[in-house]
Amino acid sequence: MFKKNLKKNNVFVTYAIVVVAYIVVEALLLTGNMSSLMQGLLVPLCTYSLCAVGLNLCVGYLGELSLGHAGFMCIGAFSSAFFSVVMQDAITNSIVRFIIALIIGTAFAALFGFLIAIPVLRLNGDYLAIVTLAFGEIIKNVVNVLYIGYDSTGWHISISSQQALGLAEDGTMVINGAQGITGTPHDSSFTIGVILIIIALIIVHNLTNSRTGRAVMSIRDNQIAAESVGINVKKYKLLAFTISAAIAGSAGVLYAHNLSTLTALPKNFGYNMSIMILVFVVLGGIGNFRGSVIAACILTLLPELLRGLSDYRMLIYAIVLIAMMLFNWAPAAIVWRQKLKAKFKKTGEEA
Amino acid sequence: MALLSVKGLGISFGGLRAVDKFNINIEKGQLYGLIGPNGAGKTTVFNMLTGVYKPTDGTIMLDGKDITGKTNIEINREGIARTFQNIRLFKEQTVLDNVKIGLHNRYKYSTLDGILRTPKYHRVEKEMDEKAIELLKVFDLDNEANVLSSNLPYGKQRKLEIARALATDPVLLLLDEPAAGMNPKETEELMETIRFVRDNFDMTVLLIEHDMKLVSGICEELTVLNFGEVLAAGKTTDVLNNPEVIKAYIGE
Repeated sequence: MFKKNLKKNNVFVTYAIVVVAYIVVEALLLTGNMSSLMQGLLVPLCTYSLCAVGLNLCVGYLGELSLGHAGFMCIGAFSSAFFSVVMQDAITNSIVRFIIALIIGTAFAALFGFLIAIPVLRLNGDYLAIVTLAFGEIIKNVVNVLYIGYDSTGWHISISSQQALGLAEDGTMVINGAQGITGTPHDSSFTIGVILIIIALIIVHNLTNSRTGRAVMSIRDNQIAAESVGINVKKYKLLAFTISAAIAGSAGVLYAHNLSTLTALPKNFGYNMSIMILVFVVLGGIGNFRGSVIAACILTLLPELLRGLSDYRMLIYAIVLIAMMLFNWAPAAIVWRQKLKAKFKKTGEEA
Repeated sequence: MALLSVKGLGISFGGLRAVDKFNINIEKGQLYGLIGPNGAGKTTVFNMLTGVYKPTDGTIMLDGKDITGKTNIEINREGIARTFQNIRLFKEQTVLDNVKIGLHNRYKYSTLDGILRTPKYHRVEKEMDEKAIELLKVFDLDNEANVLSSNLPYGKQRKLEIARALATDPVLLLLDEPAAGMNPKETEELMETIRFVRDNFDMTVLLIEHDMKLVSGICEELTVLNFGEVLAAGKTTDVLNNPEVIKAYIGE
């Protein structure tokens, strides 16, 4: 039972790290020691961490590489922003509005995750990765040509142009194609982001340490053996992928409510973002949720911290990426770290 | 009535007839051996019995129920569990968790119970832990419950596979070369374990094996497969002394 306790402690260390980081940031904010640039990065930090946690569930525990998670973020962002814009006047309490938006965004991402998973999970490995990549792009591009508005006669939807919508004089555009959604209430905050991260961490941890999580991991480890002991492989694959997509969707909700204008660009919801999130997951450690959060934070902050280097910024960024990867994963580095750990323990005992 | 009754089982892979007109009758509580030279089709028979392959023709009756053509998941629920020739453990999980995955369909709580850590979760997990440890004790693996299964020595990995199969509460246990790669002492232990399982779990066992010491030591009846067809069947001593069988194994 020793190892189990160790695992439990590990989880609380993760929660503690998040809480401590939150307190430090809040202290910096209160004392006015944080630049406005950094302040602007706080919510994106939470967004990427959250999405990385979601993707890690898919990559680390289901064992399938998804390159379409930015697409699920996109669905979460647009469906929730749509709701918030429409209900802005009806629900004035921003917390209540955000919670409902969160539920809607997450549910939509989960629904699409489920629908996309049905064909996608028939494949595996590289093939699955490429198909998810395609689905992610499809989502982004469809959102880009989506026009939705309403007037006194009701709702109008088009996928060609604003004119085709035929809105009356008193009509309001909600989603305006490539120009996206404007006027989303600024409902998300760093505090909400941190709460969401903690909730997501609790969910994924409890899930992976339950009957369901074991079934999912058994499929990853050996599908034929999993079937031979009667595990419903299809069901658990779908379930894990859907939950993973839902968490990415909640990251999208957070993202959308931090911006007044939401557009689906290659930069924020394209495959660049999907790969970026995958980098967080791989760098932080596949199957290691704490690592995902830390990697997401470091790699999002790094370009800003290196801003002073102007042209050399991305060069340094790449070098840091390589160095971090070597430090985390090279066998020699792992041995060296273990030695260091043992040394610390020894001196600690002597003291 | 026989527990497992197979009639005219056959399968073709394209033009290759891998198994043809395979018949077997296993009574409840028997220790039955399936032997034959390499490539005779023994594992293919196992794969058909467990639903990995769909037989091209023939019927498989388990306890009077036709299970031909069912999927491997359904067949496991009907009561056939197996181990694999090349060990297939859940390598990145602990020994305990490997057995608990075997218990998956017997001890249930919903995904939501798991996420919310409801009292039901704690109760069922505790029951699962107890049951799993009880099974591990049979195989003398309880001290290694929290070891990563891939870190176990080879012989213990084989035992763990049997424990995991038993966790699904089968009526028929199929062992695919359980003694492969074991030294004589480990094989001796394994024979004891298989006998113990049969006696204490009220189990019927069908095993594929090349180790003639093990086969003659514990199997009560044998079926010999050669080139996909049954060469001989019957009492172990009779079959092993059958000149046809000796010819197939050793040559003329």
